[in-house]
Amino acid sequence: MSRHETAKRSGFWLRNRKSGGMLLRQSVHQRAGSVLRALMVFGLCFLIIQPILDKISVSFMQERDLYDTTIIVVPRHLTLENYSLASLLMNLDKSLLNTALISLLTSVLQIIACALAGYGFARFEFPLKKLWFACVILVIIIPPQTISSALYLHFRYFDILGIFARLTGGPINLKGSTLPYLMLCATGMGLKNGLYIFMIRQYFRSIPQSLEEAAYVDGCSTLGTFLRVLLPQAVPILVSCFLFSFVWQWTDVFYTRLFLPTANVMYLSVRLSGLAESLRTYVSTRLGIPSPPIGYVMQIISTGVLIVAAPLLLIYVFAQRWFIETISATGIKE
Amino acid sequence: MTTGPRGMRTIRSRRALAGYLFILPFIIGFLAFMVRPMISSVIMSLNEVTLSAQTGVTQKYVGLANYSYAFTVDPEFNQMLVDEVIRMVTHSLATMVISFMIALLLNQRFRGRTLARAIFFLPVILSSGVLVGIETDNSLIIGMKELIQESNGVNISDALITLLNASGAARSALDVVYELINAVYDVVMASGIQIIVFLSGLQTIPRSMYEAAEVEGSSAWESFWMITFPIISPLLIVNMIYTIIDFFMKTDNQIMEKIHEEMFINLNYGLSSALSWIYFAVAIAMIGISSLIISRGVKHYE
Repeated sequence: MSRHETAKRSGFWLRNRKSGGMLLRQSVHQRAGSVLRALMVFGLCFLIIQPILDKISVSFMQERDLYDTTIIVVPRHLTLENYSLASLLMNLDKSLLNTALISLLTSVLQIIACALAGYGFARFEFPLKKLWFACVILVIIIPPQTISSALYLHFRYFDILGIFARLTGGPINLKGSTLPYLMLCATGMGLKNGLYIFMIRQYFRSIPQSLEEAAYVDGCSTLGTFLRVLLPQAVPILVSCFLFSFVWQWTDVFYTRLFLPTANVMYLSVRLSGLAESLRTYVSTRLGIPSPPIGYVMQIISTGVLIVAAPLLLIYVFAQRWFIETISATGIKE
Repeated sequence: MTTGPRGMRTIRSRRALAGYLFILPFIIGFLAFMVRPMISSVIMSLNEVTLSAQTGVTQKYVGLANYSYAFTVDPEFNQMLVDEVIRMVTHSLATMVISFMIALLLNQRFRGRTLARAIFFLPVILSSGVLVGIETDNSLIIGMKELIQESNGVNISDALITLLNASGAARSALDVVYELINAVYDVVMASGIQIIVFLSGLQTIPRSMYEAAEVEGSSAWESFWMITFPIISPLLIVNMIYTIIDFFMKTDNQIMEKIHEEMFINLNYGLSSALSWIYFAVAIAMIGISSLIISRGVKHYE
C-alpha cells in the first residue's frame, strides 16, 4: 500500500471519528446499496437472457448430450446438424427471402401511411378532427382478434372470388392475395399502426411550427413543405417506427396466417410455428420412426427460434438507440 | 390578418382540405378494414352463421342467443372470463410496480446502465409473435408428448409428480416458488416499454428538486412520495392502458384460444364473434375503471 493511500485511509478513520461514526455508516450504506442494486440488476437481466443462452447451448448439442445428466450448459459433442436440419425444415433460403421482402414492403407502406396521417393530425385544423383522432385511438385499442372472424371471412371471400378450393383442401393458388394485406398496410391498418400514427403525431408536434411558416413564406407548397422540410426533421421517429414495424412483422403469425398466402409461399414465422409438425413428417418418412423424441423436438425448435431471432438481435444490437430513445421521447408527452 | 375574413376563410378551408388529404389513407382504411368488419362482426354475433362450399355464407338471425349461450350454456366461458379478469388485474398491477421499480433502479448512476437498459428492452423485440412461448404453448408438442408416453409406457412427468407427492408438503412449497418465479418472469418480459416510459419520466425530474428537498430535511422516502411519485403519476395511466391492451392482445390467454378454436375448428363464427365482443367489452371496462381510479389519484397529488 502506497503512502498516499495509507494517508487517505487514516484520513478516513480520522474524519469518521470526527463525524461521530457518520461517515463510516454512510459509506457502508452506499456500498451495500450498490451491491444490492448490482445483484438485482444482474438477476433480472439474467432472467431475461437465460432462455436465450439456454437455447444457444442446446442448439449446438448432439441429441445424446441432452440425456447426459453430467452435461449442464456446455455441450460435449458439438454439432451444427441441428442448424442444418432446422433450416432445411423451415426452407430457410426461401422463407428468409420472403419474410425479408414482405417485412420490408409492409413496413415501408405502413410508415408512409402513418407519416401522412400523423402529420395531418399534428398540423392541420379540420372539421371532425377530434372524431378521427378518436378513431386512431380506437384502432390502437381494438385488437385485430376482435374482428378477426369478420376479417377471416373477408379473406375467404377473396378466396371464393377467384381462387377456390380452400374448403376442399386441395392445393391452393393464392398468388394474388398478398394484395389485401398490402392494402391494409397502405391504409394504416396493419399491425399496431395506430400506435405509429400516435407516435409520429407526437413527434411532429414537437417540431417548431416556424419551420413550416418560413417554408410557406418562401412559397413552398403544402406537400413540398411536408416532403422537403418536415420529413427530414422526422427521420428519427420514422426510422424507429420502421424498425418496430419490421421486427414485429418478422415474427407475426396472426396477420401472416390470416392474410398472406402461406400454402406455397414460405414465411419464417409460419414455418417456425409448424416446425414440430414438419420434423415429425420428416422423421417418419426418412427414418420410419412414428415420432421423434420430445427432447429432440425441443432442440430443433430452440434452434429454429434462434435462426428466426438472429437477424432481429443483429438489428437490435446496431439500432438499439432508435428503438429505445424514440419511445422515451414520445412516451412522456401526453 | 390583412387579408380580411374572406381570405382567412379560404386559407383555412384550404388547410382543412390539405389535412383531410393527409389523413385520407387512414380514413379509407378505417372505414373499409375496421368499421366494415366491425359491423359484420356485430351482425354475425347476432346470427347463426353457416358456411358451405356451394352457397358460401348464410346467416340466420337468432338475436342474443349467442351471447346468452356464452353466459348460460357454455360450461367453461364464465369461469375463463373470471380467471382472465383476475389475471389481467394482478398482471397489470404487478407490471406497474415492477416496471416502476426497475425504472427507479435504472435511473441511478452505475456502470453498465446502458447495457442493462438494452437488456430490459430486449423482450419487446424478441417476445413477440411466434417467439412467445413456442415451446410451452405448442399443442402439437403436448399431443406428441402424450402419444410418446402412451407408446413407450414411460411417463416422466407422472413419475415426477408421484415422487414429489411422496414428499408431501414440499410439493406445494415448490409449486409456490415455481409459480412465483414464473410470474416474475412473465411480468418482466412484458414490461419493456413501460420501463422506458417510466425511466424517461424520471429523467425529466431536475436534480435540484431533490437537493432542495434534502436541504429542507426530507428523507429519501419522503422525497419519493412528495416529488417522484406525483411527477410520474400521469405516466401511470399511459402505462396502465398499454399494459391492459398488451395483455388483452396476447394470443396465449385462454379466451383468445377459445375464440380461435370456435372460429377455426368448430367454424362457429357467430359464437366466436359474440365471445370476442364480450371480451372486448370487458377489456374496455377495465381500461375505463383503471384510468378513472388513477386519474382520481393523480388529481389528489396535484
